[in-house]
Amino acid sequence: MRRYILKRVFAILVTIFIIITVTFFLMRIAPGSPFSQEKAIPEKILQTLNEAYGLDNPWYIQFKDYLVDILHFNFGTSMKHRYITTNQMIGEGFPVSALLGVEAILLAVSIGLLVGTVAALHHNKWQDYTMNVLAVLGISVPSFIMASILQYLFAIKLNVFPIGGWQSFSYSLLPAITLSLSPMAYIAKLTRSSMLEQMNSEHVKLAIAKGMPGKRVVFRHALRNAVMPVVTYLGPLTAAIITGSVIIENIFGIPGLGKYFVTSITNRDYPVIMGTTVFYSIILLSAILIVDILYGFIDPRIKLKGGK
Amino acid sequence: MSDKFKAEDFEIVGIRRQDSEKLAETPISFWKEVRLRFFKNKLAVFGGVMLFLIILFAIFGPMMRPFSYSDMLGNFNAKPNGTNWLGTDELGRDVFTRLWYGARVSLFIGVVAAAVDVVIGVIYGSVAGFKGGRVDNVMMRIVDILSAVPYLLIVILLLVVMKQGMLPMIVALTITGWINMARIVRGEILTIKNNEFVMASRVMGASSLHIIFKHLIPNIMGSIIVTMMLTIPSAIFTESFLGYLGLGIQLPFPSWGTMASEGRTALSIYPWRLFAPALAISLTIFAFNAVGDGLRDALDPKQRK
Repeated sequence: MRRYILKRVFAILVTIFIIITVTFFLMRIAPGSPFSQEKAIPEKILQTLNEAYGLDNPWYIQFKDYLVDILHFNFGTSMKHRYITTNQMIGEGFPVSALLGVEAILLAVSIGLLVGTVAALHHNKWQDYTMNVLAVLGISVPSFIMASILQYLFAIKLNVFPIGGWQSFSYSLLPAITLSLSPMAYIAKLTRSSMLEQMNSEHVKLAIAKGMPGKRVVFRHALRNAVMPVVTYLGPLTAAIITGSVIIENIFGIPGLGKYFVTSITNRDYPVIMGTTVFYSIILLSAILIVDILYGFIDPRIKLKGGK
Repeated sequence: MSDKFKAEDFEIVGIRRQDSEKLAETPISFWKEVRLRFFKNKLAVFGGVMLFLIILFAIFGPMMRPFSYSDMLGNFNAKPNGTNWLGTDELGRDVFTRLWYGARVSLFIGVVAAAVDVVIGVIYGSVAGFKGGRVDNVMMRIVDILSAVPYLLIVILLLVVMKQGMLPMIVALTITGWINMARIVRGEILTIKNNEFVMASRVMGASSLHIIFKHLIPNIMGSIIVTMMLTIPSAIFTESFLGYLGLGIQLPFPSWGTMASEGRTALSIYPWRLFAPALAISLTIFAFNAVGDGLRDALDPKQRK
């Protein structure tokens, strides 16, 4: 187990290094500099600015400086908003994004599991068909469109939720629902198919034959095993929620990390773009690792490779 | 029960030799059976019909109205009416015409990106699966690392760096898009490469390339088609997502994502301007997903009778 985790952590470090390298060089060759504005900046000032941010050094020095900074968890200062560091932006934006993300994940997993189980227990009945159509629809409607539709319906027409902003719990509901819908549909589909498989398996048949009440069979025997594919999906789910939140936060005007990311792209604010990308990657990779380790604990049949 | 039948109810017929070779049903080929199963699936057929209609409209839609996608007609933000079937946008351009021009762009990008994914993914996956051993190990390690990179972030970064346009968009979409295909192809090749027909072909002196292209790939065509069918909607989704973020193909050339993003700015006053592209994107992705799901079920050998 320890060896397995060590191996995985090492792999993650390699991956993050590659991501840093790729991001760094992509930013170098990107057209447009953060200081290019409509009004031309005098040569002298431009030179001073470049010096201040170390942009006049050769690329390998810049790269080394950047790596050293990241090792100290210092993602640099924003080039657009002076006096604000990327760390401050992450510190401000991440809690908001995390809250939104956790809310969405909880919604997606709980309702997805419930709907999927109900559909599987009513295999080939109307509940099953309805769920199937809804799930394909849920997967098909992109989150940014769902966001606009929900906004139009619930905020503009019915006026039950605030249209955007971030002030109290009710402000987080609409974005969280939007964010959770397509993962929810996917989880429902996953649960349905693995639940069907479980309900036809020998041990469930035995439990039913013994006269065990239906609810107990479902919860103690079938669902326990059927939940495994959903656990595997939690890693990719985190990724979906993270990237989805980039656009959702923009639409709902939520001051999260995603909003900083998008504005930093239009501003060509290199340190912020690189910082957020690297930060996102770290979160994502750790989430996947945690899920894999959890998997080993939940399902004793799985022996993690490389461990004893 | 035992008193219902008596011994005299039965007669000895002996062995019917002439019947022993007869088949219970007329045999049907694999692909015919797949077709039968696919057409039994209502959702899939519905998706197929919808897809057909969308393609039809993408080809003929722009010709149905006397406007081009950039004609400014003078009446801004018009409601859907007799002349402008889906209304006009804030510059007075016909939304109906623009919608189907956008369909061409979106479908083209989706199909080309998926095709490139197939070519790269199939070659990479089959080489890794067929060679096995160390080659496979190294190739799959590379895939693992690539797939750990957050997909959308890299696409966004690439589009920030490159000029906006059709080609950069396709490059950005395919740069990590082929990974899924490569993994699936490798897995399938691994399971069938030790079959006897492969060995027979090798004994007769076939080269590796011949075996891969003539024997292995035709056998896994099902999974390749299904994966491709499910790659197209995700490419269309990503394209519209990026268009929405303002990183899409440059105006005035319409694409669904940019149309949706323009429509959103006036959501509370002119909601129909968002709903046309929104519906088009969702229906197209839905149609592709339904057909892809249907094909997957139809091709699943476990469902063969």
